[in-house]
Amino acid sequence: MNKLSRIAVLLAAGLCAGCSSLGPKPWEKDLMARPEMQLDPYPLQTAAQEHIYFSKEASSGGRGFAGGGCGCN
Amino acid sequence: MNRYVLAALMVLLGGAVARAEPLDLSRYRGKVVYLDFWASWCTPCHLSFPWMNDLQQSYGREGLAIVAVDLDRDPHAADGFLAENRGALDIVRDPKGDIARQFNFKDMPTAILIGRDGRIRATHSGFVTSQEGAYQADVVRLLAEKAP
Repeated sequence: MNKLSRIAVLLAAGLCAGCSSLGPKPWEKDLMARPEMQLDPYPLQTAAQEHIYFSKEASSGGRGFAGGGCGCN
Repeated sequence: MNRYVLAALMVLLGGAVARAEPLDLSRYRGKVVYLDFWASWCTPCHLSFPWMNDLQQSYGREGLAIVAVDLDRDPHAADGFLAENRGALDIVRDPKGDIARQFNFKDMPTAILIGRDGRIRATHSGFVTSQEGAYQADVVRLLAEKAP
């Protein structure tokens, strides 16, 4: 085996350990649990805005809402 | 002046070190140990405290010891919560997660149930109030065993 392929094998072996520890442990999620870290920090406000949005637009609903589009909600 | 600052620092540091109690399970030899891992930022963990306090009151005399391991990184984060909810539970602080890493669980909270023989007999992942009966049944079953 020449030198180059040895180095290549070594490098590839190094990659094997790359995904061995992914993400934080459950007890390390204190920052993620904070209200300001939520995807939607104001769920009630978002719900109201979405309701207005899909009613006004008379479309098939706001984000992810499976509705009719009759504008009667 | 410098001396006073140093002395004050040492007192503070001493306090900080004293707060990180090590987990000494040999104290509970022959008892059923309910080892609960929790943190103040974990909402389901809050739900388990009144239940654990009831359990400790009901079965403490029969040999149940509930040890709640606080995994808050900031050792003072849980002080307010504990002032109201601690009851008669033993609290161990593990701000670096050293104890948690030994048990390597996947959910918060997780309770490890250790029998009178010192072996891990059951694990409760998460805390669901509708499962309280099942959790308690596990504890009662282990309490009925004789110490080796």
